[in-house]
Amino acid sequence: MGISVWRTKVDAIMESCGKSKEALLPCLETVQEMCGYIPQEAITYLRENLDVPSIDIYGVITFYGMLTTKEQGKYVIRICDSLPCHLNKSDGVLGIIENELGIKAGETSAERRFTLEVVPCLGLCDKAPAMMINDKIYENLTDGSIKEVIAELKR
Amino acid sequence: MERILTKNVGKPNSQDIEVYSGGGGYKALEKALGMKPEDVIAEVKKSKLVGRGGAAFPAGLKWEFTRRESAETKFIVCNADEGEPGTFKDRGILLNDPHLLLEALVIGGYAIGTSKGFIYIRGEYYREIETVEKAVEQAKAKGYLGNNILGSDFSFNVQLYKGAGAYVCGEETALLESMEGSRGCPDCRPPFPAQSGFLGKPTAVNNVETLCNIPAIMTNGGDWYSRIGSPDSPGPKLFCLSGQVNKPGVYELPMGITLRELIENHGEGVKGEFKAALPGGVSSSLLTNLDTKLDYRSVAKAGSMLGSGAVIVINKDTSIIDVAKNTIDFFAHESCGKCSVCREGTRRAREILTRFSNGGGKAEELDLLLELGEVMYDTACCGLGQAAMNATASAIRLFGKEFEQKVRK
Repeated sequence: MGISVWRTKVDAIMESCGKSKEALLPCLETVQEMCGYIPQEAITYLRENLDVPSIDIYGVITFYGMLTTKEQGKYVIRICDSLPCHLNKSDGVLGIIENELGIKAGETSAERRFTLEVVPCLGLCDKAPAMMINDKIYENLTDGSIKEVIAELKR
Repeated sequence: MERILTKNVGKPNSQDIEVYSGGGGYKALEKALGMKPEDVIAEVKKSKLVGRGGAAFPAGLKWEFTRRESAETKFIVCNADEGEPGTFKDRGILLNDPHLLLEALVIGGYAIGTSKGFIYIRGEYYREIETVEKAVEQAKAKGYLGNNILGSDFSFNVQLYKGAGAYVCGEETALLESMEGSRGCPDCRPPFPAQSGFLGKPTAVNNVETLCNIPAIMTNGGDWYSRIGSPDSPGPKLFCLSGQVNKPGVYELPMGITLRELIENHGEGVKGEFKAALPGGVSSSLLTNLDTKLDYRSVAKAGSMLGSGAVIVINKDTSIIDVAKNTIDFFAHESCGKCSVCREGTRRAREILTRFSNGGGKAEELDLLLELGEVMYDTACCGLGQAAMNATASAIRLFGKEFEQKVRK
């Protein structure tokens, strides 16, 4: 993905927040959203413009669950396994999806179509078990509904 | 009981400013701007409102401490980083009634004396972020945000800040670290954010639900509010009911209703037979008495904590070891790593509980877990580490037999 894709937006954030460390997280979030991961060019660009050392930028990226320097799949599947979902059999949800996709939690499929993650509470406890795929919510999951969703995305 | 926090939920287009102001919205702001800031704070103190994020600190005092600081620049921050497993109450407000929150935040800004407010929303709340962004634009266009609000001398702007997936950032000092562009590690206190918060300036950090009580307090007065529900901790509370229950959901009820009433009258009963419940999410201790009153003091007396009001119901078919292990997996994953007692403690506890869940536990390690819980409670820097062992320790105390059955023979 070309540098220019995220650069305009990142520049706009630095314009409104100021070129200081407070702009770092919004900038990283934007790059993550647009590229699906944070490429080295972005880290270099932010280091130079925000005057924050690379090590601190890596520190921030590795701290937050939604940021990563690894290329993600087109669809990032986040399955909640916190207690309310766990009590409603979220391990079953994980099992089915691992089977359907042939990857384990934490892995990305070979053609970079899917990334599978087990995540803490998504705040969907009244609709457990639940998951998100990119920014979309899937709730009250059943064996049938999970397989349907995955089949749809495989197409 | 008349609904205060969820009165607009269910109205068509409740998130729209026309619907909100059509139902009397932003009138409380008008009233507050006609009062002295000190009097606004006095009303909140009279209401006896305490923070709904989990710590239950008196909201009026927090504002007073922040107002009294001599620094010229101050901030107010709304903590919308709800992440305690079992908690989904703020999400409903953000999605259905964002103007209630904005009105409250402007009143808060006026009370403590700042023209700058922030809302820190967790990153996974995509729709909620979009809804609040729209609401901010609408409020700006109508003159409820911006310069000289409603023709007064008071100006106030709101900036949204997105979290990026870290539970610990719901802890206020970690949240401020995160806003400053750092890893979200909590700071030791004092100084409290009211003295030294965002960028070292006095900052009031309030939970979404706490703030949303403010407009009603302005409209009807602190005395009126203090008479709702339990005299010890008055007001309505949003209870999030989840787990093995027939009708999970958010219920606005007066403080002090019993666990039984919540589960049976509102949640349509337990799926299966009742075993235990966590009244304040996975950070709290298990309760087995259904007649426990759900207010801060009564739950504390029963040996647990109400926290954010996230009631997770567990039935008799569920292994308590599985519950304990799930909670400790969560804390081991979310520990920020800053203090060793929490970083190492959660990992060692996870190892021990994994052995128990595989049937290979060692009897002497149960006492070790209880001791570890006490040490973490006494020495961890923030609430995460202090509370991480609550569910596990209470599981051992209440259901010790289950653990003994999993000791390697």
